[in-house]
Amino acid sequence: MTWGYLGEGYTLRSWLTTHDHKRIAVLYMVAITAFFFLGGAAAALMRMELATPAGDLVSANTYNKLFTIHGVVMVWFFLIPSIPSVLGNFLVPLMIGARDMAFPRLNLASWYIYVLGGLFTAAALIAGGVDTGWTFYTPYSTRFSDTNVVLVIVGVFIVGFSSILTGLNIIVTVHKLRAPGLTWFRLPLFIWANYATSLILLLATPVLAMTLTLVALERLFNVGIFDPALGGDPLLFQHLFWFYSHPAVYIMVLPAMGVASEIIPCFARRTVFGYRFMAYAILGIASIGFLVWGHHMFVSGQSMYAGMVFSMLSFLVAIPSAIKVFNWTATLYKGSIYFSAPMLYALGFVGLFTIGGMTGLILASLALDVHLTDTYFVIAHFHYIMVGGSVMAYLGAIHFWWPKISGRMYPETMGRIAALTIFFGFNLTFFPQYLLGWLGMPRRYHEYPPEFQVLNLFSSAGAAVLAIGYLLPLAYLGWSLFYGKRAPANPWQATGLEWQTGSPPPQHNFDAEPVVTRGPYAYDPVR
Amino acid sequence: MPTTPFDSTLERREADLLGIWAFLVTEVLFFGPLFFGYVHGRLTHPEAFTAGSHHMHVVLGTLNTAILMTSSLTMALGVAAARGGRKSLRTWLVLTALLGLAFLGIKASEYWMESSEVAQASGAELTFYFLYFAMTGLHAVHLTIGIGIVAWLWRHASRYGAAYHSPVEVTGIYWHFVDVVWVFLYPMFYLLQRYSA
Repeated sequence: MTWGYLGEGYTLRSWLTTHDHKRIAVLYMVAITAFFFLGGAAAALMRMELATPAGDLVSANTYNKLFTIHGVVMVWFFLIPSIPSVLGNFLVPLMIGARDMAFPRLNLASWYIYVLGGLFTAAALIAGGVDTGWTFYTPYSTRFSDTNVVLVIVGVFIVGFSSILTGLNIIVTVHKLRAPGLTWFRLPLFIWANYATSLILLLATPVLAMTLTLVALERLFNVGIFDPALGGDPLLFQHLFWFYSHPAVYIMVLPAMGVASEIIPCFARRTVFGYRFMAYAILGIASIGFLVWGHHMFVSGQSMYAGMVFSMLSFLVAIPSAIKVFNWTATLYKGSIYFSAPMLYALGFVGLFTIGGMTGLILASLALDVHLTDTYFVIAHFHYIMVGGSVMAYLGAIHFWWPKISGRMYPETMGRIAALTIFFGFNLTFFPQYLLGWLGMPRRYHEYPPEFQVLNLFSSAGAAVLAIGYLLPLAYLGWSLFYGKRAPANPWQATGLEWQTGSPPPQHNFDAEPVVTRGPYAYDPVR
Repeated sequence: MPTTPFDSTLERREADLLGIWAFLVTEVLFFGPLFFGYVHGRLTHPEAFTAGSHHMHVVLGTLNTAILMTSSLTMALGVAAARGGRKSLRTWLVLTALLGLAFLGIKASEYWMESSEVAQASGAELTFYFLYFAMTGLHAVHLTIGIGIVAWLWRHASRYGAAYHSPVEVTGIYWHFVDVVWVFLYPMFYLLQRYSA
């Protein structure tokens, strides 16, 4: 037994100059983990402040900077690169039987671009932070804020190109480097999901990059198209921003759906229910997701008729999402279910995503949204999708493929304890926020009337549990790197191509090019 | 030893071509907000945009359009030369880069002349000028990058021949894209409303 791609070099230089997609994936994993805990620290300070009604821990200005940096870091430096750049990079070539991504040097460049964007954002933090919220709404961001808006915009602009290049690489790889016999409808759903995500990355990210550039130019030179005082229109900014930022939600959740579609069939020992519908649903979500951005603007003065159309389209996008939830559930039916740690994360993902999705329909209803806009109901809704959905799936994926990535097994009992801790802590943090929002507590305030304190205390207590839950995998996965049991090639008896090579795989992935003769989930039932 | 993901140069060429088209999709969307902002500005301030188009130096703009279209021709001839493995590749690349530089030179002189007019403009006419400088400026950045890549190809021209030439093809596709962007910018800023009443 050798150490595969991990044994190709042990120096820092061998890692920083690598063209191997698997090593680049590990570089991404290290970088986004650092940003995850940075964004998490900002959230922890916010929940500490909100434990009491009075604004006593931090000032209002500091609080504004905390939620801004939390949003910026978590969205652009953790969630968007999480599954595509770490697991997509690692798994796409392995799952399709390729030796590497189509453009290995571009792949490494995208990681350096990510780091450069991260440095700009970190510099803005050190220089005193930024207080516009991650949404950079004009004219506040262009005319009034006296914080480091331009520096953060430069950081987000740069990191966007890292996502674009990863997306481009995945698209070309999936088109051109599939193994013999691997037709489109034999592709694992993880590949479908990352392919659709890459399309969104390519189509949406450049719009954000240019929109933020226009904000920066307007701020620097006092000419532009967003400020009413300059003959511009702030609604134009909101249209452009959400044209990117709503599809960005699908950038975060589609890969998570791909992960669930790999883990659930494996630990239910059944083929995924309705494979083709699952693939079409991914494409449906990716396409309709581009046409719903106006539901972020129901109360910002867009035409009522536009609002009605956007509301209807937002209900439509729920249909393919629901198909996926029903199909995961049907996959479990009569399966031989084994509650391993990845399975607990995947099942947690399905449940929390369902709650997040259903409350999204409440927000997509015009009349209800007037009451709920900019309340904690919105916060709870999108955290159920992004944290309950995407982060749960990311952690599930890290556990599921940990033997492949590291060549070691993680400690199973600890894995289950962490999964349950995170599930419990997450619900305790965010379910009370639905109630707070329904009762009318607005988002983005550092103090609140005393009658909201009980629910806020539950939420802050939940955040403490959640923090422990997130620190646990950091500890035991780090431990397993040195002391974990050596992993066999296929510890889960899974069917994917990535399990047919060593753990960890050799640098060229497969000793002989695999030939595919059947669909991706040919699991035999356990009798 | 580095691993190549491809089995043949043919497979590599297919991937390169798909890659550049995917990149151009991103580029179109990158220009998107500016075009959207232009349409929005034109609809809300038609009189200012009409006035703005009268300040453009239409002779220089037309000359530049001709220069850029010619550079697309020389680029295309360069790609054909590379595919045929002909020595003339270097000549076509030099001509392409020179035409690109000529365009930038004329554009710079236009900017110089317009800078005094911008100082006198006010209100929505400033929006027109802002969009003009932002869009033609972004176009010029793209052209500059294109000239740099063409110069790089020229330096390594001996590598390309009938068997392997996808970098030349990819650069050609990018070059034509930059030209097509100009084909939209030219009427938008120089021609629309200029000759009406």
